Amino acid sequence: MTTANNYGSRQRPTQGIERYAWVFMRLSGLALLILALGHLFIMHVFNSVHNIDYNFVAARYERLFWRVYDMAMLWLALIHGMNGLRTIVDDYTRGAVRVWTVRSLYIGGIFLLAVGSWVIICFKPVAAAGGMH
Amino acid sequence: MRLYKGGVGQASWALHRLTGIGVLFFLFTHIADTALIMVGPEWYNKIIAIYQMPLFGISEIFLFAAVLFHSLNGLRIVIIDFWPEATVHHKLLFKGMMGIFLAVFIPVAWIMLGHALHGGAH
Repeated sequence: MTTANNYGSRQRPTQGIERYAWVFMRLSGLALLILALGHLFIMHVFNSVHNIDYNFVAARYERLFWRVYDMAMLWLALIHGMNGLRTIVDDYTRGAVRVWTVRSLYIGGIFLLAVGSWVIICFKPVAAAGGMH
Repeated sequence: MRLYKGGVGQASWALHRLTGIGVLFFLFTHIADTALIMVGPEWYNKIIAIYQMPLFGISEIFLFAAVLFHSLNGLRIVIIDFWPEATVHHKLLFKGMMGIFLAVFIPVAWIMLGHALHGGAH
């Protein structure tokens, strides 16, 4: 079920899971505008891969704030991205191909969420991490 | 080959999907490379050394462009969703968005190009 409007913009779903997915894409998108662009500015404009190393991450992760920031970004970005990819798959595939592609997206997405969350929660810097300087 | 003449609406729709897929695939890689930090400092610093190569430095600029475009275009979509009357001025809205894109992207690309080409100098 969709509602039409008189302006020619894309119709929006008004029922069921697709309605929540529609709302989620917009809310997570707005949050990611701050989180992902903030992350890029901090890591790749004010810093760069030339001064980011193991010790940089270790110092950063001493503060709970950055772990919460990264956790929120990981979950929102991955679910937003996977749901976007599902929308594209829905557009271009049919039948069994579609069902199995979407199922593998779920499995892959849950696996990556688990790995990412495990790293953010469990990372403890080892002592004397000199690295390559 | 037939050239589509869908205008800015179709171009932004296609670019939104393209940049979305690009950023998502980078996210897959990024979760994997960050996970190496659990193996130890040597492994994590080794993967960072790969990202320090100028080729990856340049690719990062494209990544930034993709995230920035997807963010601003997404904002444009949200504005149209919640204020459908804006479609009357959709070309103006698109131009304004691209104006903000260029105003942010050009200085950032300049800084990131500096990182990519001589970031390791110090």
